Amino acid sequence: MINSGHGRGPDSGSNSDPFPAGLRVLVVDDDPTCLMILERMLMTCLYRVTKCNRAELALSLLRKNKNGFDIVISDVHMPDMDGFKLLEHVGLEMDLPVIMMSADDSKSVVLKGVTHGAVDYLIKPVRIEALKNIWQHVVRKKRNEWNVSEHSGGSIEDTGGDRDRQQPREDADNNSSSVNEGNWRSSSSRKRKEEEVDDQGDDKEDTSSLKKPRVVWSVELHQQFVAAVNQLGVDKAVPKKILEMMNVPGLTRENVASHLQKYRIYLRRLGGVSQHQGNMNHSFMTGQDPSFGPLSSLNGFDLQALAVVGQLPAQSLAQLQAAGLGRSSLIKPGMSSSPLVDQRSIFNFENPKVRFGDGHGQTINNGNKQMSLLHGVPTGMEPKQFAGSHMRVQQQITGVRPGQNVQSSGMVLSVADHLPRGGPSMLSSLGQQQPMFSTSVSRRSDLTGAVRNSIPETNNRVVPATHSVFNNFPADLPQNNFPLASAPGISIPVSASYQEEVNSSDAKGGSSAATAGFGNPCYDMFNNFSQQQQQHHNNKLNDWDLRNIGLAFSHQDTASASAAFSTSEAYSSSSSLRKRRETDATVVTAHGQNQQPPSRSLNHLNHVFMDGGSVRVKSERVAETVTCPPATTLFNEQYHQEDLMSALLKQEGIPSVDNEFDFDGYSIDNIPV
Amino acid sequence: MDLVQMQKSLQDYTKSLFLEGILDSQFLQLQQLQDESNPDFVSQVVTLFFQDSDRILNDLSLSLGQQVVDFKKVDPHVHQLKGSSSSIGAQRVKNACVVFRNFCEQQNVEACHRCLQQVKQEYYLVKNRLETLFKLEQQIVASGGMIPAVELGF
Repeated sequence: MINSGHGRGPDSGSNSDPFPAGLRVLVVDDDPTCLMILERMLMTCLYRVTKCNRAELALSLLRKNKNGFDIVISDVHMPDMDGFKLLEHVGLEMDLPVIMMSADDSKSVVLKGVTHGAVDYLIKPVRIEALKNIWQHVVRKKRNEWNVSEHSGGSIEDTGGDRDRQQPREDADNNSSSVNEGNWRSSSSRKRKEEEVDDQGDDKEDTSSLKKPRVVWSVELHQQFVAAVNQLGVDKAVPKKILEMMNVPGLTRENVASHLQKYRIYLRRLGGVSQHQGNMNHSFMTGQDPSFGPLSSLNGFDLQALAVVGQLPAQSLAQLQAAGLGRSSLIKPGMSSSPLVDQRSIFNFENPKVRFGDGHGQTINNGNKQMSLLHGVPTGMEPKQFAGSHMRVQQQITGVRPGQNVQSSGMVLSVADHLPRGGPSMLSSLGQQQPMFSTSVSRRSDLTGAVRNSIPETNNRVVPATHSVFNNFPADLPQNNFPLASAPGISIPVSASYQEEVNSSDAKGGSSAATAGFGNPCYDMFNNFSQQQQQHHNNKLNDWDLRNIGLAFSHQDTASASAAFSTSEAYSSSSSLRKRRETDATVVTAHGQNQQPPSRSLNHLNHVFMDGGSVRVKSERVAETVTCPPATTLFNEQYHQEDLMSALLKQEGIPSVDNEFDFDGYSIDNIPV
Repeated sequence: MDLVQMQKSLQDYTKSLFLEGILDSQFLQLQQLQDESNPDFVSQVVTLFFQDSDRILNDLSLSLGQQVVDFKKVDPHVHQLKGSSSSIGAQRVKNACVVFRNFCEQQNVEACHRCLQQVKQEYYLVKNRLETLFKLEQQIVASGGMIPAVELGF
């Protein structure tokens, strides 16, 4: 990684460690043998390890040191506390990525990990290879958080708080963004090296300004939240009202929305409420099934996700989508669909869907939102990663809500990421889906391009559109050859037409639906945002979507991931370097709709997750597996590395050669309207 | 025995453990974690494993020896033993644990007793072999030699 310059923040001892070295890992396992081995392995990876043999102790360590750790690895079966409970606590209170591990590799347990929001699930015996890449979860999470925060308040300030996931929030009550901003600067949050974009304590003006401090849900804040929710009624609580009741300055609706998602998941788990989820969960495993019914309520996202998962047959997916599309708003702020989403979130397909929807009709909210969506998108793409935080996924799905999406997306990604890693992880179970993903991935990229242009308000709609987009992609490439990012203006007109196409293509086929699935999740996120902004976002979103998609996949071994990645790269490349930067850093801050596609963020992400070489490989694979138009593959090969490089360079502050990203003729934006 | 012979013996001995399935590739992972800065890592971990496993086997014997066997207590122990044995590469022990767990699920006391015996047997076997292995290593080191890297054909 290029971040060699980045140190960890002041509070971390290893300021000079190039990321990911110095990553602060807390490993919890009651088995002393495993604990010792893990510690040794993590140290070999140059991480800073703290080991703990009891969950309660781990929690208190985490509570005392809110910013003291980057990631937690925990065993599932522990005598004093169930690993999943610990996972939930950590997710709710500290919002750190948690990796579960166990000698138990039964599907049900692994699924539990996913639904509870773990970003990955490792099967013992854990090999060092599985641990080498855990940093990706940290980065991913941060990126998602940025997205969320960006959307939530449009505070484009250079908060950069998000980067440091664990930014110390001195003031328990001061979780508001505004406060954080100030804190962020002064706090040692910069320490996190993950922030490639963030770097040396100063976010680049143009890109990083969008970074918003991450909201840390302190105990007090959470209590306020719970009180508000209880007053409103759990089922009726909507982020807006909760926000009003809480009356915390600086807290945004998005923050509340994503937290609400998590909370609902948590409650569900406690109460054993199945609702949709029950169905969903099972449906995931079983595949196509009746669960789709409830899914449709989710808005098609689920369908896609499910489809992607490999469970849904293409046709059913298409049908479902059609049904889902019917509803324009995928996810109401009220998170009504969360239960479903929850399950689905695993697959995150929804998010991409959302995006598409937004893209088509409307601009996906402001750039900020878009950005976050994008981030989220990729996560969605990685359905494979079931392990991924369950909650997050949910968020993504329900993601329609701004902010939330981002979060979920993030998780989704993480999920996906996991897949490729560590052999024993869930990948195997998801393996079947891979093929689907790859195609969808590639598709998505196309879609994003197309979607961008036409990002409509409704998510649902988008989804189908996306599918068609892909299909038509080669032919439809809009005049603009540039990736989504490039064309805010262009996209608009394109989107209009695109949308038409998309809608009509709905009927087409399940296969596209499947792919749409991938894209949907991402798009969903955007859709939510798009409501607020128009066109600009669309463009941006597209970029992001692509990126996200790419990112999400990149992690995965599947070719699809790489394909997505590359395509997104391609798309983003068209945007100017500046644009990229912005998107990257601020993710969406879209400051005003900068048309620049989130590509930057994607690029950034790309970096993070893939090294050029690997990306390259992936894209190639994608080319093989994906049926995307050759143009896409071209992108991959040409651009992803360059894109990564650009992203890396950008982060470093070195202007990169963006030109490469101009994919004339390939960008999705060119979809003729 | 001269140094070279000792080293050869050690290599052959180690290979045999792998070939017999007593150890699996996870043990190699452990060996790779050992280096100059951590020269005794493997023996440390294995020693820890022995200590922990002795305790677990004890607990298991007690639990299974009860009038009424509480499988809710038995299962976690077996699970943990499975995890730790797999983490150090004690393949046969791990496999025996897998079988043991199945019978636990079925709440078959009789079969569980047999499984416990089997697990103990495998455990003592791997313990014995590894102790011999470490002795050989110590001899080599004491003679001023280096422990050769394990070269496994598979």
